[in-house]
Amino acid sequence: MVDSSQQAAIVGIGQTEFSKNSGRSEQQLAAEAILLACQDAGINPHDIDGMTTFSLDNSDEVDVMRSLGCKDINYTTRLPQGGAASVATVVHAKNAVESGMCDTFVIWRAMNERSQYRFGQPAMSISPDAHSSTFLEWCFPFGAQTPAAWEALSCGPYLDKFGVTSEDLGRIAVLMRKHAATNPASWFYEKPITLDDHQQSRWIVEPWLRLLDCCQESDGGVALVITRMDRAKDLKQKPAKILGAEYSMLFNHEIISDFYEGDLITHDIANRVTDKLAASCDVAPKDTDVAMIYDNFTPQILRQLEGFKYCGVGEAKDYIKDGHMELDGKSPLSPNGGLMGEGYIHGMNNITEGVRQLRGTAANQVKDAETVFLASGVAGAILGK
Amino acid sequence: MRPDPIQRIDTAFFWDACERGELVAQKCEACDLLWHPPRPICPTCHSMEKAMQKLSGKGRLLSWVKQARPAAFGFPESPVAILVELEEGIRLVSNLEGVDVDDIKVGMALQVDFAKTSNDKAVPIFRAAGAS
Repeated sequence: MVDSSQQAAIVGIGQTEFSKNSGRSEQQLAAEAILLACQDAGINPHDIDGMTTFSLDNSDEVDVMRSLGCKDINYTTRLPQGGAASVATVVHAKNAVESGMCDTFVIWRAMNERSQYRFGQPAMSISPDAHSSTFLEWCFPFGAQTPAAWEALSCGPYLDKFGVTSEDLGRIAVLMRKHAATNPASWFYEKPITLDDHQQSRWIVEPWLRLLDCCQESDGGVALVITRMDRAKDLKQKPAKILGAEYSMLFNHEIISDFYEGDLITHDIANRVTDKLAASCDVAPKDTDVAMIYDNFTPQILRQLEGFKYCGVGEAKDYIKDGHMELDGKSPLSPNGGLMGEGYIHGMNNITEGVRQLRGTAANQVKDAETVFLASGVAGAILGK
Repeated sequence: MRPDPIQRIDTAFFWDACERGELVAQKCEACDLLWHPPRPICPTCHSMEKAMQKLSGKGRLLSWVKQARPAAFGFPESPVAILVELEEGIRLVSNLEGVDVDDIKVGMALQVDFAKTSNDKAVPIFRAAGAS
């Protein structure tokens, strides 16, 4: 563990509005979000010296530097695995600033993922050796062509084994929209849903995923600024310390099309991340005050709750049903409404919400939140005051 | 009809075998490890000498889905996509044909067959074992 003055902290958050049609370029969304995050922190974007984003992000580092006037970057990298990269970005940021390689590290993700292209639709053509085409090759000719189809195929054995019903999944869908309904930044603001609405919503993938089991397709940009605690004390905001941030990629596992390894019941990767967090910062996800868990589709919440050891294997549907993840429960889940309720900026809007919860500025503020757990399947981070 | 498989240098042998009506997997010549999906090097002993093993085509169903919206691209109607675990211990994504959705059971025994694609290529599909 590093000396407390050298510990990494999130000191700035920025986000554009989340919409279905931003009306401007992805480059602009990226630049706006980064500028907002820097202004929030009280730093000049000229001083950014490290940056990361997703391999899927369309804005080039050169263009980001050009817009913001960043002078000299010491470290940049891009992360694989789609939205699973969201919390993994925090792992890289932490290492970059705690090692001394960077002082002012920026993470961004910006996309017109509704107005320009849609992750929910099949890609009609793909270069045979394009990134991830090696995974699609084994799914596409069989009509499993969307993230929802891969997710349902991968989670099927788990859902079948524990007799998870569509109503069980619906309770997660309802909870996310309940939180979104009182968050003005959400698509589902003032639009809560009932379990009956969920049951009446059309099938996206039989026999598991209805429309309301799915996250949104959204336009928007999100950015974070990370530095060390010795520098954070001079900045504008109360820092959100990164107490621990861990990542794991295990042999033969794909991300959403995870078919080929393990028993498809236990979440081996999340288990591994949880063990690493226990070793590096001695905090268990279940003991934190707020749970920001990547919610692309409802079954993913169940499998991660078990993988990150909130409850035993097969118990997650009852853990939800028993109310533990309500705003006044033991582990409130995504008070912003998550990726289903607020918007889908590939997981990054769940991180800005985690920071707001620690600052005490969230729309749905959890009382006395001292710690937050951020999770995206292959990565987990513990934030603290 | 259905879309042609995406073929790559490292995987053409698999799809070529399908055109002959054979389901195959890669096997390491040096240590006998069998694997799928294909890869250039044995992950255990790192030998690059690979053989092709013909598989029994017998397996059991691990899970199934039917893409409702959007409908599957390239098909007249979305097929039932399945995850199969073969007798030899490897898994693959395929289709289940000839079984009514209401009759699909996780764990049911399956037998491979082959289906033509739009440009006369072929892919492996599965039917309930014992069905003619």
